[in-house]
Amino acid sequence: MWTIGLIGGAVLAGAAVSAASLVTSPEPTRRVELVHLVRQDCGSCHGLTLKGGLGPALTPEALAGKSPEGLRATILHGRPGTPMAPWRSFLTEQEAGWVVEVLMQGQLDAEK
Amino acid sequence: MTILAVLAGCASPRGTGDLGVIIERAAGSVQLVETTTRTRLAQVTGLGDLSHASVVYSRDARYAYVFGRDGGLTKVDMLRRRIDKRIVQAGNAIGGAISQDGKLIAVSNYEPGGVKVFTADTLELLADIPAGSGDSARRSKVVGLVDAPGDIFVFSLYDAGEIWMADMRNPRQPQVRKFPNVGKQPYDGTVTPDGRYYIAGLFGEDGLALLDLWQPSMGVRRVLEGYGRGQEPLPVFKMPHMDYWAQANDTAYVPAVGRHEVLVIDQKNWTEASRIAVAGQPVFVVARPDGRQVWVNFAPPNNDTVQVIDTLSLSVIRTLKPGKAVLHMEFTPRGENVWLSVRDENRVDVYDTGTFERVASLPADKPSGIFFSARAQRIGQ
Repeated sequence: MWTIGLIGGAVLAGAAVSAASLVTSPEPTRRVELVHLVRQDCGSCHGLTLKGGLGPALTPEALAGKSPEGLRATILHGRPGTPMAPWRSFLTEQEAGWVVEVLMQGQLDAEK
Repeated sequence: MTILAVLAGCASPRGTGDLGVIIERAAGSVQLVETTTRTRLAQVTGLGDLSHASVVYSRDARYAYVFGRDGGLTKVDMLRRRIDKRIVQAGNAIGGAISQDGKLIAVSNYEPGGVKVFTADTLELLADIPAGSGDSARRSKVVGLVDAPGDIFVFSLYDAGEIWMADMRNPRQPQVRKFPNVGKQPYDGTVTPDGRYYIAGLFGEDGLALLDLWQPSMGVRRVLEGYGRGQEPLPVFKMPHMDYWAQANDTAYVPAVGRHEVLVIDQKNWTEASRIAVAGQPVFVVARPDGRQVWVNFAPPNNDTVQVIDTLSLSVIRTLKPGKAVLHMEFTPRGENVWLSVRDENRVDVYDTGTFERVASLPADKPSGIFFSARAQRIGQ
């Protein structure tokens, strides 16, 4: 199983993600699709500007201190009792990990 | 300056009955359109975050009030084709309503949770109704705000599971009547075209909450309880909406939550009349104005599809694939056309509802909601 933080010193970040990244970056065309998914579809509940709506804000400030693994699990498996659906049919574990990192670093705009 | 010069862009006086507003959600702009010749008249920019937005109209159908995600309330003058007045009244908002007499604009807010009421002409704040539940200091998000006869606003508290009726006859001192325990997580609400019944869709359980506004003392009752029949709900990748009440004859049509079905309600006794299997999780279920057809769009991954239900046979008679991400549908006032926003293709398409042929297509920047000025004359719009 692929896990955030176990890649050690191997820096595999894409151009737009911080050099300290330990997360594998998807191919550029896929990154465009993922950013579109986050903006438009996650944005239905979390706001196009990620400042929240029916769902909570996804800004770096709002996500600060949260566990990336927990956030990734929320994306993939949803959160029972809330409208947060399991999105695992839309993106892989790796891609969810990359989305979490981009959101936590506030780098979504840089991915345009 | 002459009056003609002031009315820049208008070659001659014109009516407003065939006008409309299309939300361009990413750009924070709206397009003013005209449905007779299906043309774009103007783009008005600077409306803030419109990632979720809705519109109501002044009773003279000249002004469009646009409610944005960021708490923005913008009054757009459709004749002068510009913003007349704009305020940011909350941190995060979901929708609004205009009162029966056209004098009040109410906005339902997520942050801070509650309803604010403004004068329709100048957008001056008249009343603030915080949506705190019981003794709790915690505020609830407010959804499903509609107007009803008697200068009443009705809305639902998403977190608290309540329906409130605010009597606005004295607008600075609303009289609020509260109905607790209506069900888990009401996600939206709508009112019948006669203004009598308010219905809230529930996200947290299978059922809907119904309030008879003619007899509010009878309280809120649950209808279509347990429509999921104990089955595990399917994931919902976009919240359904309850736009204008979709009805034909004595039946009403609402989206099921977590089922790929449209629920058909017998409005005589508020029981399930039927359910119709559709292509995905319904988002909007809207009736053609004559009630002969019901059009349905869907949450991802089926949001490239639109289905048409025939209300005589209660069956899907047409499946259309207008393009990627069909977000909203709006009928022309008498229903000969329907306009569809196709977000990911940056288009608004116009279909003939008799032939199901596409008859026009207009460019638009990530279009979402489409709202025609005929809404000005309807209760609950």
